[in-house]
Amino acid sequence: MSVLAYGVAAWLLFVGLWGIVQSRNLVHLVICLAVVQAATYVLLVAIGYRVGAVAPVFAGVRLGTVAVDPVVQALCLTDVVVGTTVTALLLALVVQIHKRTGSLDPDSLRDLGE
Amino acid sequence: MTRRTRLRLFLVSAAVLAVVVLAGFGELPAFGHPGATFGTVLNALSVPQRHITDVVTAVNFTYRGVDTLAEEFIFFAAVTAVVLLLAPGDDEHADHASDAATGRWVPQTSDAVRVLALALVGPTILFGLYIVAHGHLTPGGGFQGGVVLATGVLLVYLAGEYTHLHGLYPDTVVEGIELGGASAFVVIGLIGLAVGGTFLATWGPLGQVGQLNSAGDVPLLNVSVGAEIGAGFVLILSAFLRQTIVLRRHPPSNASGSA
Repeated sequence: MSVLAYGVAAWLLFVGLWGIVQSRNLVHLVICLAVVQAATYVLLVAIGYRVGAVAPVFAGVRLGTVAVDPVVQALCLTDVVVGTTVTALLLALVVQIHKRTGSLDPDSLRDLGE
Repeated sequence: MTRRTRLRLFLVSAAVLAVVVLAGFGELPAFGHPGATFGTVLNALSVPQRHITDVVTAVNFTYRGVDTLAEEFIFFAAVTAVVLLLAPGDDEHADHASDAATGRWVPQTSDAVRVLALALVGPTILFGLYIVAHGHLTPGGGFQGGVVLATGVLLVYLAGEYTHLHGLYPDTVVEGIELGGASAFVVIGLIGLAVGGTFLATWGPLGQVGQLNSAGDVPLLNVSVGAEIGAGFVLILSAFLRQTIVLRRHPPSNASGSA
């Protein structure tokens, strides 16, 4: 079980990187970057997990009940917000690239300097 | 660089990265047994000290509030960049709104989708406001609620009412709300500095634990973040929607003629 949680994080990291390297479409490439980012969510939440603990919300839960780590969950929230905006920003760049070059193939980007 | 060389280069670097990642994972606490952490302390302190039952919100808006301020401005900068990048170019003009995708057939929005989307607008916005307002009690808060609020606006687009949508939410008003939300966070932080001696120090009546009007300034912070995130997402959405729906490139002959 221990191996599985961290293994999923590592798998997402490498499968996302593989997708970025092999990508033939810029939209696909941006989504692959989002997959890489998803690895950080899994890793953060896995680090904070505690066996048999409740969520760090004490509404209707007795104070002192063992809860999972709230700090990594807060970091995860930051991560999600930043990840979303990065995706939006990159997709806006993709829209402009498509307008200028008429292509979504990352390999065609080498012509931009000309 | 050919695809083959690139792939080889990637496989070599990925192997190196894999070694580093595995070595790093080896040092992590065993899954499910993190030991005593900073989080353990905060779980015990949040309710008695801040009257906040959702400890994640307590971390984001009080103990680690300055980070959230930075995060808010990352979001602010990204929204500005998206709007700038997608601004109409010199060779583009606004056409009357029609959902035209080049080279593929666009089906008419069915009546079922229209009715369902319009019926969900009200409940979605109410739900968003609920999530924003209860951030200090249950999971939720400005970030999550703000996104739900923006979804309400997206539903209007799904209902096929783009032209009405743009009439309802002029960009200047939405930009004003976004700016207001971002500034309010700083102002609330500065009041904390004046009253409590540190930036973003909790101020205002702490109230009774579990009540909506408790936790001092934290609900205000959530409302300011909710306004910024909601308005920011509406700006991003309308910038992208404008690309597909309103903006058309001039035909080449026309462009050279007007240039």
